[in-house]
Amino acid sequence: MKTPLTELEFTEPERYEQYEGPFYHFELSRREFIATLGAGLVISVATPSAFAQRAGRGAEQAASLAQRLHIGVDGVVTVLTSKVEVGQGSRTQLTQAAAGELHVAIERLRLVMGDTAGPDDGGTAGSATTPRSVPAIRKACAATRQLLLDTAATAFTVEAGNLSVRDGKVEGLPPGKQFSYADLASERHAEALKQNVAPGVAIKEVAAWHVLGTSVPCVNGVEIVTGAHRYPSDIVRPGMVYGKVLRPASYGAKLEEIDLGPAKATPDVIAVRDGDFVGFTAPTSFAAEQARNAAAKTAKWTSPANVSSDELHTHLRAKASGRSRPEKRGNADEAFQNAAKVLRETYNIAYIQHAPMEPRAAVAEWNGDQLTVWTGSQQPARVRQDLAQSLRIPTERVRVIVPDTGGGFGGKHSGEAAVEAARLAREARQPVSVRWSREEEFTWAYFRPAGVIDVAGGLDAKGGLMAWEHVNFNSGSSAIASPYQIPNVTTEFKDCEQPLRSGSYRALASTANVFARESFMDELAAATDADPLEFRLRHLTNERLRNVLLAATERFGWHGAWKKNSSRQTTGIGLACGIEKGSFAACCAKIEVNTDGTFKVLKVVEAFECGAIQNPANLKAQVEGCIIMGLGGALTEETRFKNGAMLNASFRSYRVPRFKDVPEIETVLVNRPDLPSVGAGETPIIGIAPAIANALFHAAQSRIRSLPIRNESFWYA
Amino acid sequence: MNLTAQFEVNGREQRVSTDAKRTLLDVLREDLGLTGTKFGCGEGQCRACTVLIDGKAVQACQTTMDEVDGRKIETIEGLANAGKLHPVQEAFIAEGAMQCGYCVPGMVMATVGLFRRNPKPTAAEITAGLNGNLCRCCGYVNVLKAVQRAAQIRKEGR
Repeated sequence: MKTPLTELEFTEPERYEQYEGPFYHFELSRREFIATLGAGLVISVATPSAFAQRAGRGAEQAASLAQRLHIGVDGVVTVLTSKVEVGQGSRTQLTQAAAGELHVAIERLRLVMGDTAGPDDGGTAGSATTPRSVPAIRKACAATRQLLLDTAATAFTVEAGNLSVRDGKVEGLPPGKQFSYADLASERHAEALKQNVAPGVAIKEVAAWHVLGTSVPCVNGVEIVTGAHRYPSDIVRPGMVYGKVLRPASYGAKLEEIDLGPAKATPDVIAVRDGDFVGFTAPTSFAAEQARNAAAKTAKWTSPANVSSDELHTHLRAKASGRSRPEKRGNADEAFQNAAKVLRETYNIAYIQHAPMEPRAAVAEWNGDQLTVWTGSQQPARVRQDLAQSLRIPTERVRVIVPDTGGGFGGKHSGEAAVEAARLAREARQPVSVRWSREEEFTWAYFRPAGVIDVAGGLDAKGGLMAWEHVNFNSGSSAIASPYQIPNVTTEFKDCEQPLRSGSYRALASTANVFARESFMDELAAATDADPLEFRLRHLTNERLRNVLLAATERFGWHGAWKKNSSRQTTGIGLACGIEKGSFAACCAKIEVNTDGTFKVLKVVEAFECGAIQNPANLKAQVEGCIIMGLGGALTEETRFKNGAMLNASFRSYRVPRFKDVPEIETVLVNRPDLPSVGAGETPIIGIAPAIANALFHAAQSRIRSLPIRNESFWYA
Repeated sequence: MNLTAQFEVNGREQRVSTDAKRTLLDVLREDLGLTGTKFGCGEGQCRACTVLIDGKAVQACQTTMDEVDGRKIETIEGLANAGKLHPVQEAFIAEGAMQCGYCVPGMVMATVGLFRRNPKPTAAEITAGLNGNLCRCCGYVNVLKAVQRAAQIRKEGR
């Protein structure tokens, strides 16, 4: 049974979210999924292909029918999506979305996520699940509810308009008659179902939400607290062995020779060399690691010269390519010449790692020429392509399954472990589990790009901003456009030749661009003796951004707390705000300077607005998570490297936030039921670093212009 | 070098012959099928692998098989009793103390271990006691609420 319904999806890729291709190029040497769900009814819905989404084409060229829902004969509804759960709460949120339109209890719903045998509604990136996938699933579910009503109306010769659905059952039928989703799935109604549900079925207005909009707890919470949930690194297959991969001696090093003889002679150990890839399998990960480590001692490498983190920012500026994307409004050059006062500053941003709690992991299993891989990735379809391309097999023979994964933060758009496991499993002729170590994750996973940002501002005689220039070297263009009203603006993002592999991150380049802009706004305010809040408001007409800024400062008690300091103080307050991915964030921070010159973040207040709130408890948790993760990038997180090697590939030396670092936190969730919901897992991070840097300036009268701030006393407090 | 270790895991006798230098974490996960205990760093820096050995919270990735003979080990899988969740597990659910949830088994076991050595911890003692358990989703606020909730329930003897 096919029920066409057209849904447009489009996500504009950020530079670093773009596909970079497989990790390995090996030298030469689809099955039906829905059937496994058992008897029942399959509802297919037209979805544009993910390829067309990435290419930016419309749905009319791309629509293809994909199996979106399965209704079991027991009435259990399974919803399928390629979106994945990496901690942002999408499993619960999408279940709410489906339950609210189907009128089925949460407990009667299953969500199959991240399986390439299901529909491809794109990867999990850019905070797109809320604005794109929630409506897509709601529309499919609303259409299915209408199908239930129409079928019941035909079966009992009543008006569909007089019927409704409650808890999966049709209400308003003649006395003694019953009809439910289970009946819809039974064979009896096969004939009646041979009609298409009209597209354009209405979904509920926010005022009528009864599941969305409520704090439904994590739907698989019991599996998580009991350790029963199987993350990618927990997947076990019959006959599975463990794999370890040899890593290059340094970035870009080429393997000249290695002796695999001893490993090959070891019972139960398999050693593979395929181009630059060298891997080992054994019955335990310990034995695989021993084989790998012994072989590594015989390896000879040629290592290229590499830039070190100490010379990084000079390097990036020097290696800017000709490719850049300037955007202009008014005439900034002329305005700077006419300005009463001009300020110019440079801000430096370090490379940082996502460091999810679960390092990359995959299990690969071959059945003849069919390959199945379980792995933790935000991009199941890309991983499938990577596998097909690097193993030189047709895509149709590859299935990728992403179990709910231990953290992503934009750091798992790639499929390195999947390709490694698949290559080893082909050799071992057994399923292989490859789990990266923490050191591998720190060293060989891609990084949030480092950057150099030049900002200039021109003020008129009354202290009004009349000219603005913002140039980002390397770290990306997200949030490079200022939200402030400035008549003459130039912004430019310059691509650079960079030493480390870079990719997406939580809010990506906006963490850097907002840090630079909001720090610089503070500098301009100070240069005109203005209250940083008043200075911003004077240049801000965007109503939604004003609202969060006012909400945060009111809760924080900014008025009365801020005064101009002319000497060093022991405490300071700062603020920052910004827009990213359609949502609005404003932060206030209070810091205290210790007698030794180090400082502590005492309090953070953040106001956040992302349209109509779909799950208040999860939203609060995401904002709090962003605030604390933001403390890491602001204060301590920094990838240091020299001669092509990481210097701090460990939680010992790469300091991430801990319980003791948690300040007093208050969140203000601004609900806008009149506006469409957008994602919230990323944007709340953007204002933390500048708010802290501005608070430090307020207290210490000295300006921080690089991230991290390197407050050394935070180390192992 | 191989050895045969005999120990108890969640009330069941186990006998494992293996390399003496394999970690307890590997053996729990790869030999005994107990994948609830997580690998986070393998160097004792994140405590995702926290288990109880003779009642004390210990990092399974820092414990080798030559150290476990004759010991009583408790893992996350042994905490619920006949399908009834442990009060700490209940508290984590009640406070939504999970995002990706990967750190949660270690957090729960560290909390149970904390309560065994300090039955009535203050808020400051909870923060200090859990400080080495990392959560990269940074869901620390709700975890602290969950542990405080569980501690409160203990104090009230509920």
